[in-house]
Amino acid sequence: MIDFDYSRATSLDEAAAQSRHPGAMLIAGGTTLIDLAKCGVAEPRTVVDITRLPDLSAVTVDEAGATIGALATMSRVAADAGIEARFPAVSEALLLAASAQLRNMATIGGNLLQRTRCSYFRDPAGYAACNKREPGSGCAALENVTRDHAILGTSDQCIALYPGDLAVALTALGATIRTTKREIAITDFFLEPGETPDRETVLEPGEVVTAVHVPASKAATNSTYLKVRDRASYEFAAASAAVGLELEADGRTIRDIRVALGGVGTTPWRAEAVEAALTGRALDEARVREAARFAVEGAKSWAGNAYKIELAPRVVARAILKVGGIQ
Amino acid sequence: MSLTDTPAKYGSAADTEATGPLGRVAIRGDGGLKVRGGATYALEQSVENLLHCVLVQATIGAGRVVSIDKAAAEAAPGVRLVLDAENSLALKPMPDFFGNTPPGDTYVPFARDIRFNGELVAAVVADTLEQARAAAALIEISYEEAPAVPTFADERAGEGRAVDALAKEWGEPDGPHAEAGMRFAATYETPREYNVPIEPHGLIAHWEADDRLTIYEPTQWIDGTARNYAGWFDLPFDNVRVLSPFIGGGFGSKAQGLPHSAAAAIAAKMLGRPVKLAATRPQTFTAYGGRPATRQTLTLSATKDGRLVSLEHDAFSETSVYGTFAETLGVVTKMMYAVPNFRSRQRIVPVNTVLPGPFRAPGKNPSAFALECAMDELAIELGLDPVELRRRNEPDHDFETGKPWSSRRLLQCYDVAGEAFGWAKRNPAPRSMREGRELIGWGMAVGTHPVYAAPGEATVRVLSDGSVEVLSSAIDMGTGTYTILAQTAAEVLGVPVEKVSVKLGDSRLGRAPVAGGSQLANLMTAAVHKTAQAARDELITLGLTDPNSPLRGEANTLLVEGGTIGASRGGAIGIGELLAATGRDHLEVTRDTLPPAERSAEERQRMFSTLAGRGSLPEATVSKHSFCAHFIEVRVDEDFGTVRVARVVTALDAGRLYNPKLAESQFKGGIVMGIGMALLEEGVTDPRNGRILSSNLADYRIATNADVPEITAISVGEPDYDATPLGGKAVGELAIVGVAPAIANAVYHATGKRIRRLPITLESLL
Repeated sequence: MIDFDYSRATSLDEAAAQSRHPGAMLIAGGTTLIDLAKCGVAEPRTVVDITRLPDLSAVTVDEAGATIGALATMSRVAADAGIEARFPAVSEALLLAASAQLRNMATIGGNLLQRTRCSYFRDPAGYAACNKREPGSGCAALENVTRDHAILGTSDQCIALYPGDLAVALTALGATIRTTKREIAITDFFLEPGETPDRETVLEPGEVVTAVHVPASKAATNSTYLKVRDRASYEFAAASAAVGLELEADGRTIRDIRVALGGVGTTPWRAEAVEAALTGRALDEARVREAARFAVEGAKSWAGNAYKIELAPRVVARAILKVGGIQ
Repeated sequence: MSLTDTPAKYGSAADTEATGPLGRVAIRGDGGLKVRGGATYALEQSVENLLHCVLVQATIGAGRVVSIDKAAAEAAPGVRLVLDAENSLALKPMPDFFGNTPPGDTYVPFARDIRFNGELVAAVVADTLEQARAAAALIEISYEEAPAVPTFADERAGEGRAVDALAKEWGEPDGPHAEAGMRFAATYETPREYNVPIEPHGLIAHWEADDRLTIYEPTQWIDGTARNYAGWFDLPFDNVRVLSPFIGGGFGSKAQGLPHSAAAAIAAKMLGRPVKLAATRPQTFTAYGGRPATRQTLTLSATKDGRLVSLEHDAFSETSVYGTFAETLGVVTKMMYAVPNFRSRQRIVPVNTVLPGPFRAPGKNPSAFALECAMDELAIELGLDPVELRRRNEPDHDFETGKPWSSRRLLQCYDVAGEAFGWAKRNPAPRSMREGRELIGWGMAVGTHPVYAAPGEATVRVLSDGSVEVLSSAIDMGTGTYTILAQTAAEVLGVPVEKVSVKLGDSRLGRAPVAGGSQLANLMTAAVHKTAQAARDELITLGLTDPNSPLRGEANTLLVEGGTIGASRGGAIGIGELLAATGRDHLEVTRDTLPPAERSAEERQRMFSTLAGRGSLPEATVSKHSFCAHFIEVRVDEDFGTVRVARVVTALDAGRLYNPKLAESQFKGGIVMGIGMALLEEGVTDPRNGRILSSNLADYRIATNADVPEITAISVGEPDYDATPLGGKAVGELAIVGVAPAIANAVYHATGKRIRRLPITLESLL
């Protein structure tokens, strides 16, 4: 039994104030917190329920872009007509994640902050060593079974994978995260493990995510999310790619391309090198496949996950070809 | 086209011509209850004064417990008892499957010497589940760790020990085989697989008196489970009542006594209060072993025109360091084809795991994986169509036993499924079919399952309103026992199925064998059929001979039909009227299908609660098996290596189907599970300490709906009265056998890559 206090926040300020206390955790859909509490990873002292906060679940789409409230559920955002029309990668990433039941519960804010599926992180009874759970305790994953661990952004402290899909699409489309304190570019939001794998985002104590803003662009309108996994549904990505593409008027020269990867990094992984290699060039399958290899520049593999180095560029290439109309 | 909408097309098994209710499509008798939430499962039983038990498990792979600090847990709120090897009641050892209690030692379900990661070390009982969990987390165990050998892939595991009982040899397996122009050898592997029933293991143990124990526990074998508790606690069999009216799947994992069950019953006894224990999902991976990992090397030789000359089979499977479980890897190898020279040997390799156990089609399933992949590879070497190679080696009798088949309609399976699939259009060259970026592959393989026999017992009650009750300790795992037993009684007694109510899953009712080995449907329909006939005969005797019967002297015999009894010509009266006139409110008959013999009550009970019953039956003079042939299309993404099953067409010879709709569900369920086995399921262990890393339903991947395509299941069976009294053969486990090799063969056809190790994951095809 985790003996915790429960409070229901009536305002954002109250939620922020209550969540500042050590051991306090926010709960919205609960799909991550309850799961982690059950496996003994999360042991909140105070659970602050933010589900009744007003004005945090709206989804608005206009010429400037989409603003998605942190409390909007995954299923609602995925089915929003404006999101589907102008940000298909966002809608697809949501629909390819989790299960229908989870998508009906889970919120956008919680989705961004979901924690890794690293087996060792999730099993404190079996593995005391986990720098993410207990800084300085070591890493049980290194030199072990690591089929589902990261190849990019790792450190000798932690190789745990960021498991989400939505954040990958948002990374490609240059989204920003709005909090009670500031607006943060998504590429600045997530932290690689480095020496502090317990710190996963730049959020400070008492800082609450309120919304996600995705700027409108032609690349966002012509975007897709491609997720590859052994099981056709309800599985985290072996590798995934979000791609947005805008062509010049000639219909073949790339004016703007956005590429991000999932299932391979300790954070959602922007592939700027791929973008650079293709911008201003003609869209052509051989060139795309060649450029896609830059997606895994600097990758490092462990036992069982070297296949991701091979797979990820193929996923990137196919996603680019798909939005480029080369099926 | 499916089995239910073209029931009579390919044989009379799924007959609409059935004259009575048996053999017809009928909806599940228990379906309404389940849909409405009215089916009460074991852990939902309301028992007053309940305490909650939580398990504490070893976190090392091997070694010993040096000390357990229980003080903090014992002092925690609501805690009633912290149990470990030190203070646990000692039980008698668990009786084996033949009911024999090993001599000497006592049994304590809590370990001091740790043999596997997750072994039960202690348990906490508290007023609430939350309190028990919290206290369990306070227990400090210190270990002296020893090196663990978690899997047989570990070099230190060695070669294990030979299982002589499984060895078989005939002809001259060593040759020389001058006529064999082709020789082929390969090694095939399957990983550890887990049963993962949606209802996890668990129980409520309630001592109603010092020597009377009631157990609510999902079990595939009421009588075996009762015998097990009786053995542990040294009670008369009748003093243990086991209740299991509904079961949320078992797939073999719910037929034997497991340590957590003993722990809950001990706690209940020591505390004098009922105790509930619900295994968590991760605990189902350590409470029960699942299918062990296997490795098989097959060496085939054949003539150039594709007739098998010799087959040599060397098999290995994991067992636990503390017990023996042999996944019988030669069972299909030995009987599937006409092989004049044959040798099969098996070794089991002890490793630090929970003891493996039966999992849907134990032995048959991995056995067919190796054999059916090897046959596909041989066909390719010979330049023969894989169906044609199998046709050329179709045996006219069972080469293992020398006996004739009771029935074997596998050639019809090839014809019917091959045609429905369109196999004739197949280009044999790998990578010859594609659509966009998907490579298309067509593969096939066969499956089989033996037909087992064991005695059963049933009670049939005819009530004054003409309705009928059927009672038995048989169980229904969701497969349809309730439904087909009602159909059987309705058939014999001439009443509509709705007039028959069936009560199952209570050890106070008539005895029944294990719901395993795909035997229960055949055995219990036979028992109910016999009993219902006896009830009908008694009614007729009553009508003809009772001095108060209004029908006395009316005719030489009477007809029981539609709730009435009477002469075939002339007036019939209601059954209730006859019962009332003769001074009864019901008529009750109990019969069993044991061979007639003098038996003590205890011997009789052993016939049902152990495997002794199977041995009591006369040896069959025929070889009895079900058969099937799967034809499967896969799509493989050429960039990603992801395999999706696009189409399955399976023809099955399972004899007479007592209810084609329910049989079809079983067939499809087996195929779905076979898809998971081929492409997804793998128990991943930490190579250092044997901890199961995939002990949840996200990481241990079973097929989702999105992984399952349209499945066409076609019955080609005909009633086989040499196999079973009512003509059915094995259904439940048949269809999983052969799915994985059909998929592996299709993957080869799509990609040109032969994958000999399951599951076939995307990285193996990159």
